[in-house]
Amino acid sequence: MSQETISGTDPSPDADDESLISPSPGADAVGHERTTGEQSETRTVVETQALDVYYGEERALQEIDIEIPAEKVTAIIGPSGCGKSTFLRCINRMNDLVDSARVEGELLFEGKNVYDADVDPVALRRRIGMVFQAPNPFPKSIYDNVAYGLRVQDDTENLDERVETALRRAALWDEVNDRLDESALDLSGGQQQRLCIARAIAPDPDVLLMDEPASALDPVATSQIEDLIEELAQDYTVVIVTHNMQQAARISDKTAVFLTGGELVEFDDTGVVFENPEHQRVEDYITGKFG
Amino acid sequence: MSRESTHVDLTGDAVSRSAKERGVWLLLLTCAALSVFVTFGIIGTLLFDAIDFFTEVSPVAFFTGTDWSPAIKPYSFGVLPLVTNTLLVTVLSALIALPLGVASAIYLSEYASDRVRSVLKPGLEVLAGIPTVVYGYFGLVYITPALDVVLPVSTFNALSASIVVGIMIIPMVSSISEDAMSSVPDSLREAGYGLGATKFEVSTGVVVPAAASGIVSSFVLALSRAIGETMAVVVAAGQSPTMITASNVDTVLFNSIQTMTSAMIELGVSDLSGGTTAYKALFAIGLTLFSITFVMNLISTLVARRFQEEYQ
Amino acid sequence: MATDSGRDWFGSEKTTGYAKGRAFELGCLAATVFGIFMVFVLLLYVVVDAFALTTPEYGPWLDGDFLTSAHSRFPEKAGIYPALVGSVMMLIVIALSAFPIGVGTAIYLEEYASDNPIATLIEINIGNLAGVPSVVYGLLGLALFIRFVGLGTGTVVVGGFTVGLLILPIIIISAQEAIRSVPDSMRTASYGMGATRWQTVWRVVLPEALPGILTGTILALGRAIGETAPLIMIGAAATVFSPPSSFFDRFSAMPRQIYAWVSFPKYEFQYGVMAAGVVTLLTVLLLMNATAILIRNRYQRQ
Repeated sequence: MSQETISGTDPSPDADDESLISPSPGADAVGHERTTGEQSETRTVVETQALDVYYGEERALQEIDIEIPAEKVTAIIGPSGCGKSTFLRCINRMNDLVDSARVEGELLFEGKNVYDADVDPVALRRRIGMVFQAPNPFPKSIYDNVAYGLRVQDDTENLDERVETALRRAALWDEVNDRLDESALDLSGGQQQRLCIARAIAPDPDVLLMDEPASALDPVATSQIEDLIEELAQDYTVVIVTHNMQQAARISDKTAVFLTGGELVEFDDTGVVFENPEHQRVEDYITGKFG
Repeated sequence: MSRESTHVDLTGDAVSRSAKERGVWLLLLTCAALSVFVTFGIIGTLLFDAIDFFTEVSPVAFFTGTDWSPAIKPYSFGVLPLVTNTLLVTVLSALIALPLGVASAIYLSEYASDRVRSVLKPGLEVLAGIPTVVYGYFGLVYITPALDVVLPVSTFNALSASIVVGIMIIPMVSSISEDAMSSVPDSLREAGYGLGATKFEVSTGVVVPAAASGIVSSFVLALSRAIGETMAVVVAAGQSPTMITASNVDTVLFNSIQTMTSAMIELGVSDLSGGTTAYKALFAIGLTLFSITFVMNLISTLVARRFQEEYQ
Repeated sequence: MATDSGRDWFGSEKTTGYAKGRAFELGCLAATVFGIFMVFVLLLYVVVDAFALTTPEYGPWLDGDFLTSAHSRFPEKAGIYPALVGSVMMLIVIALSAFPIGVGTAIYLEEYASDNPIATLIEINIGNLAGVPSVVYGLLGLALFIRFVGLGTGTVVVGGFTVGLLILPIIIISAQEAIRSVPDSMRTASYGMGATRWQTVWRVVLPEALPGILTGTILALGRAIGETAPLIMIGAAATVFSPPSSFFDRFSAMPRQIYAWVSFPKYEFQYGVMAAGVVTLLTVLLLMNATAILIRNRYQRQ
């Protein structure tokens, strides 16, 4: 098994990143082993060790080792069928819903292997929000959509206030505050996707997973979503899968490149990956020679 | 590597394993299990009294006897008249329903425009939705008098019962056959047209053979339905069990008969008290009827499954 | 076969073949229309008779009096009221028993157990139950509810439970279809929000599937209201003179009453009272099916 993965987290040169890091009780110890002593302020939230995923006989991901830093945007790019969505869906165990999917290796969230027998995927998903490729609001009112996560968690204190906060953070409040009771399906595609983002952040998750969130949208709506993602990274750890390399370059701090066969070939600061990738295959992919 | 402390609680209240989730799961499973229980209930209750019946009347006497007289002395429990009468109604109604059903399936699948189909399909559904006792009434008060003009029919007769049963099972044949024909891939039709075949040749020479197992499945199901059909036959064909033999086969359809199902109804309305031989005979016929229709339905399902496999 | 011109490209030699095809198409159309036409004519006849349109000396058989009085030996006084009430009460029992169980089964099969061997077994079993003759369900009701459980012969509950079991497969199959038509993206969104299975079912899947489930259930109840044979087997009364006073009272239902009238050979019963009863039954059925179609069209997914 040739393993070219770069699994170390480079210390970020940007000093202002530090100011964004809020001290958290989980900030110590976890994930520091791999940084080989270098003093980094970047905490790892999600970390995988030799993660393999199979769909039936087919191997979708091979020996993935990655450390995803807190409160940054990590982009996952690669040609279609490279397993990038599969990887994303491993993080909150959405792959559990696929009968044929089988996961080996470890995926640590805040230091805990989420595939341990005692982990409840439902509890996990309450800590990790997800936004999907096509906007998928429920056929309910705008308000009920945003309140959904809080309601299923039986956490309905100050519901109005928290719905408003989520909508404001998703930059949707001004457009919908006078029609919260209307059906979410009446919104435009871009608004629906921002609603889905509001819905995902309303319960205040630790991590936000986004599976090509702008691929079904027009350019204007796409740029709104991109602005929003950058905003959200101030408070959330964002992992975004995209097939759009410009998008990854614009909004992410770190970029992981998956190539065909479910292999993580390169993982580094976005600037490094795009300007000076270590692997020829990655450069070929980024410059469009392949993929 | 060492992970001495875990700072995150992903198990905590274990939401998905909570008492409520498990309770709901158990409740739903119970609902689903009930349907299996119903099947066992049917088999169990039928067997219980049927076995009792066969200790009083030997199975040989039951299955080979040619005289059915459960209420009038001398009692006799030969089921053959009922079986042959059931067969008569089934064959006659099949003569109506099978060709008409397949022809309409061909029309709906191969010829009809969307607009025509949107009128004819609900029209056929109406046929399936009319209560069977109403069909029996139609047979008794309208069809029999109409037949009486040209044929020597009596007030209750097998022919008009068979006609209404035939009409009521047309939709079953046509809808299942149409589904089968519609799922024949267009590439097969195109292959036919590409060889210069006409639409008629494609329909009859390509589509129908390709959909054959689906059509057969619809036939078996419709026959099973005709065998189990009760009220239409009770109302229109009366209650006279008649052993069909070579000597009366040409006239029996103009006269009153009694199928297995109508014999059950006759015993049912007579307010039988449990424990009598006639009461147990009810379950013996029920078991016979259930076994026949069960096997036929099973055959239909298996044939239909084979068809699905062919086109997947 | 012409060798040097394109004339027969236009099919002149094939003309007979096309005529055959055309005749075949018309034959198939006639076959399709035959049953529909027959039933349409029969329905026309029965409506004409129920309102005595060709024999005005009898007056309409189906009128307010018919709907509000009980059976009588005198055809002009006979009515269907107790049986109408009996049918409605039986439907209530069915709706309260078969509907929750049927929907529960459908949820289990679609949302909890899809594709596992037990589910496959249950589904095959349900398919087979749908083909069991209705008179056999009557025997089950007789043996199970009356003799084993000890409920009263011919009572509304026994009728409702028995016919409820009969239409259970229909409710299950239509509810399964309705649940299956809810897009998976809704489920994914809900699970992604950390909803449990039941939360997803209760808050997202069921509200979406409900119109389809209701449509299927009403159509199944339409089948139930016309069932006669099981009611005879469980000893429902041929004729009652007052509506059941409770669900544990003996009852008659409309089709049962119609069957009872078969044994009155007088012209006035055959073409008057029975026609009126048939039209009443069909009207109730029509109203139920119209409701179902209305619900379906109102909430149909675009």
